[in-house]
Amino acid sequence: MNFSRRQILGHSALAGAAVALPMPLWAMGKMGAAVRKGMDELSGAKVDLHIADGRFATGGRSGHAIAVNGTVPGPLIRLKEGEATILSVHNMLDVDSSVHWHGLLLPFQFDGVPGISFPGIKPGARFDVPLTPRQSGTYWWHSHSGLQEQAGHYGPIIIDPAGPDPVAYDREHIILLSEFTPMHPHQIMKKLKVSEGYFSLQKTSAADDYPLSAEERRMWGRMRMMPTDIADVSAPTYTYLINGHGPEDGLELPFVPGERVRLRIINGSAMTFFNIRLPGLPMTVVQADGQNVQPVAVDELQIGVAETYDVIVTPTEDRAFALAAESMDRSGMAQASLTSQPGHKAAFPALRDPPLLSMVDMGHGGMGHDSHGAKTDAPMDQGTMDHGQMDHAAMGHAMPEPAAAKGGDDMAAMDMSGGMNMRDTSLLPASVKVGPGIDMVAMNPQDRTGYPGLGLDDVPHRVLNYRMLKSLDMDHHKRAPDREMELHLTGNMERYMWSFDGRKFSAVGDDPIRFAHDERVRVKLVNDTMMAHPIHLHGMFFELVNGQGHYQPKKHTVIVQPGSSASFDVTTDEPGDWAFHCHLLYHMHAGMMQTVSVAFPGDA
Amino acid sequence: MVRIWATIIVASTAVSPLMAQDQGAMDHSMHRMPAADQAKPAVDHSQMDHGKMGDAEEMAEPMDHSTMDHGAMNHGTAASATVSNAETGPPNAADAIWGAEAMRASRAAAYDEHGNMQIFWFQGDRAELRMRDGKDGYLWDVQGYFGGDLNKFWFKSEGEGSFGEPVEQAEVQALYSRAIAPFFDLQAGVRQDLTGPDRTHAVIGVRGLMPYMFEVDAAAFLSNKGDLTARIEAEYDQRITQRLILQPRAEVNLSAQDIAELGIGSGIDNFELGLRLRYEIAREFAPYVGIEQEWKLDGSRDYARAAGEDASVTNYVVGVRFWF
Repeated sequence: MNFSRRQILGHSALAGAAVALPMPLWAMGKMGAAVRKGMDELSGAKVDLHIADGRFATGGRSGHAIAVNGTVPGPLIRLKEGEATILSVHNMLDVDSSVHWHGLLLPFQFDGVPGISFPGIKPGARFDVPLTPRQSGTYWWHSHSGLQEQAGHYGPIIIDPAGPDPVAYDREHIILLSEFTPMHPHQIMKKLKVSEGYFSLQKTSAADDYPLSAEERRMWGRMRMMPTDIADVSAPTYTYLINGHGPEDGLELPFVPGERVRLRIINGSAMTFFNIRLPGLPMTVVQADGQNVQPVAVDELQIGVAETYDVIVTPTEDRAFALAAESMDRSGMAQASLTSQPGHKAAFPALRDPPLLSMVDMGHGGMGHDSHGAKTDAPMDQGTMDHGQMDHAAMGHAMPEPAAAKGGDDMAAMDMSGGMNMRDTSLLPASVKVGPGIDMVAMNPQDRTGYPGLGLDDVPHRVLNYRMLKSLDMDHHKRAPDREMELHLTGNMERYMWSFDGRKFSAVGDDPIRFAHDERVRVKLVNDTMMAHPIHLHGMFFELVNGQGHYQPKKHTVIVQPGSSASFDVTTDEPGDWAFHCHLLYHMHAGMMQTVSVAFPGDA
Repeated sequence: MVRIWATIIVASTAVSPLMAQDQGAMDHSMHRMPAADQAKPAVDHSQMDHGKMGDAEEMAEPMDHSTMDHGAMNHGTAASATVSNAETGPPNAADAIWGAEAMRASRAAAYDEHGNMQIFWFQGDRAELRMRDGKDGYLWDVQGYFGGDLNKFWFKSEGEGSFGEPVEQAEVQALYSRAIAPFFDLQAGVRQDLTGPDRTHAVIGVRGLMPYMFEVDAAAFLSNKGDLTARIEAEYDQRITQRLILQPRAEVNLSAQDIAELGIGSGIDNFELGLRLRYEIAREFAPYVGIEQEWKLDGSRDYARAAGEDASVTNYVVGVRFWF
């Protein structure tokens, strides 16, 4: 058990000399080493990850990649709850790197965020993380340095439960969604900064087919916003991947008819929300963000960046099923064939028409249109609606029910010329710093946890929404929140500025969000932008306030829909400094990030 | 337990060897900790190391941690020496583990990386040949900046002339640009004329995006001769398709006084209306064709006529709009 001084020194030397140790060629590889498509599997008492440059190719395009152990995605790390392991990260890049274990509970200093939890891993250095998992489920890992995640530095984690798994399955497949682009991520960032809408080829134009009236188009123009501002980066810049395979790579996932197949879906993309469906095959959602939920059957679900869902499918026919992961803006699709016979490819559905943002996405949700879109009966918080500010007659409360949050339908009935204020900063609490970085204030932000996601509120089949998620286990320790805090998600599309409470991380890093030890806090996130933000809290699970009482689902990432609010309760029992940020990579890079400081027991 | 902590220290090459020794030594006593409390005491111990024992670099010899009475150490005391999660001040929990020095640098880098991006951008908004009655000519209108989201150094240059003649008109501007509203920047600086009589101007203006997506750039100029002039430009991009874009453009130049030397009359100096159709081969590179009509008005018209020039000129233009 005891290490002598000499042994410790010896290890120090070893770490310094790690580069010189014998290792596979890919570990030594610099630019040019061909990257295989994921994924290998690692497990046991010691897991070694080697981060190195490489070259990735799919669909006739190739470009620089950051591969881990020679693959994109990097290897699956398979652990068992309660069994100790050491995750040993070797940085073979010529820049600093890091690995964040997304969703894992562990001491903060191993969380892998340079500048918050540790100094980062220098070129040639090694970083060891001792871990004894105290949880089970589907998670993932990725770089938290610069924009490395975009280049391929990510991979899945599965932690098998110590006891019996409440989810019964005969076979499992990881579905790790991501993007490939030959464009350097810093170039992407610059283009986003200097050229609003650079990557979109679905903007409104004189020749488009969007169901927008001339009046609606003028209204969007008057607001200096675009109803097509759905994905900042999209196809064809991105090729969407499943387990590193582009659509042309023809990924096949085998099954035997009658088997219960568990799909562990991980959205490891930098910027893309995906609509997931297997036409002809219903999915039963059994886990969200690694935490078991009561089984719920759906035909489609939208997964935000950094979220995970485990679903069970039970294909009984001897055929191939298409696993279609369509980007939310419907510019492209990641594809895999779930097939009972090797070589049998599924027929993939065509991309559906691109959706449009609506008034609800601007935070004018007070008319309750959003609730039409929701497929559940969870009560809306009518109390917060400010009907006084709205012209009921002009907005047409008498609108027919099906006119849900789809494109212009809402707006057709509205009189925008009356000067509805898109940016009434008097509605913001004093905690928000008003400045050029805020181009919109949600006038009447509603809880939209019943919303299935943009473009899925009017599809003719069952779609998952947050209110359908019920924790498998009842939370007997649930306390009422000791206090509430409100945080605004703020941004400026035109300038590509993104922040919390109007302050970028670069400006506010030294003033973290503070929690006492073991506080119970209700955090209300108000989205004053027209984009959906997947907000991720490191180190702790929170319970999503979704009307499920003692069965509120635990999550590590929550989508806050445009112009809406979402609340979570968190017990701050993991001391230390943790990152808290929007998981859209370029939003985080633009400053939509903060440190959450949780006091240590005994701290004042 | 010990093994775990030894591994952490070993892993951190950012921590100096001496510090590694120092912290490693502390691990000797760690096994006495209750297993259930693994992570938390470790943090406090290392805080102790930095807060109470001073910088490891300065220590002449390693302390003998094994003789320390951990039970007697008050975690609260340790925390108060280097408060890790206090009511105020920067977050610093990681300082206690990895060293304040190593964290300071990485923290500064992290802040810088998340929101403090500095960008260089150069745009040739109009770089064109102009076909017209008489001698054909050329025009450039370029701009660019270096800076962050709110504060930028901005430069502009425009000029024009006819082939076979000296450059007719050319200027450069160097401006400080400050974001003052979600869609507007205030710009102030100097303009130097490169042709004609030597003129330097103080510049103040605004540029940004008006409702209905009109891009405007309006500036007033006060010359070293005391002459006050102004220029207002507006452009609008109408997408025909995703790459084919029709751009109406208007520009008006105003003068508060007659400037005979420059042939500028008081009032509206000139007015330009243009229509350009560009094709974005890439967003960064878009060739265009177009037409532009220019009228000299008021006093300027009289000056033009007196000089034997047309007060109204139609240009057929072909050019390229580019940026990088």
